[in-house]
Amino acid sequence: MDVPADLLKATIRAVAERITAHAEELTALDQAIGDGDHGINLRRGFGAVLAELDATAAKPLPEALRAIGTTLVMKVGGASGPLYGTLFLTLGKELPAAPTRAEAARALAAAIAAVQARGKSEPGQKTMLDVLAPVQRALAGADGPLGAALRRAADQAAEATVPMQATRGRASFLGPRSIGHMDPGARSSALIVAAVTEVLESAA
Amino acid sequence: MSNVGIVIVSHSPDVAKGTADMVRQMVGPEVPLAWCGGNPDGGLGTDVGAILTAIDQAWSDAGVAVLVDLGGAETNSEMAVEMLPEARRGRVAICNAPIVEGAVIAATEASGGAALDEVRRTAEELSPQ
Repeated sequence: MDVPADLLKATIRAVAERITAHAEELTALDQAIGDGDHGINLRRGFGAVLAELDATAAKPLPEALRAIGTTLVMKVGGASGPLYGTLFLTLGKELPAAPTRAEAARALAAAIAAVQARGKSEPGQKTMLDVLAPVQRALAGADGPLGAALRRAADQAAEATVPMQATRGRASFLGPRSIGHMDPGARSSALIVAAVTEVLESAA
Repeated sequence: MSNVGIVIVSHSPDVAKGTADMVRQMVGPEVPLAWCGGNPDGGLGTDVGAILTAIDQAWSDAGVAVLVDLGGAETNSEMAVEMLPEARRGRVAICNAPIVEGAVIAATEASGGAALDEVRRTAEELSPQ
């Protein structure tokens, strides 16, 4: 059975609203070690996603994800646009209309590889990958209830970026001064994981 | 026009336009030239749609060299190149060079009829290896 349109709609709305609600926090994190626009840019991008919510949620899951990816690429206006855009575009390419957990884990692994290629980065460099990679491992490894485990993996991983020194992205210009701050991309990825898992959990 | 085109992508419209003004004055009109800067709302940032338009405006059968400033300008330019029609994709080079000096040097090289690889190499000689 395909993912029901109302569940898809609730999930997209939750992600967009979560990012929007935390836009100032994300911008503040980015002001500490980046160029201070992460929250503003993602709010613009996910605001555009919300504006297209009805049309997007009416599509099958893979097409909906590709539509979200394209919107983020075109609207975000910073490096996070192509990075999150590539994540959603690849998920849309790899996921079937009604994915199993194993299929979701496989698709997320492919999407993470695409983001790595887009950003010429890898885990350990204080980026969104430092959250996405452990979340993917938790998704691939776990059985039983999943939501809380994924949120815990995401939050711990975001927290673990605090003592890292950035070696990719704008924060890398700061060298050792990037230590002591959470990476804004890691935080926004954790927020997305939290929003998605909360909706899926309440629907289960 | 058969000379390589030059596209300038900055976070700031002022920087992009100012760089293009320098290229026009120092190199002249023989090189197709376009610039873009600013996010989709007009603030500092870059815009994939605007980059695609600029590549189209500066299009030459000899290809287009793209000069970028920081992080997002490069990532968004790479994204834009992937979104081009397949026949054009391989004829765009994003140059690892300082944006102002790189644009002037690349345009100078292009105005003499150099091929895209040569234009890119000349601009990238400005960057420390």
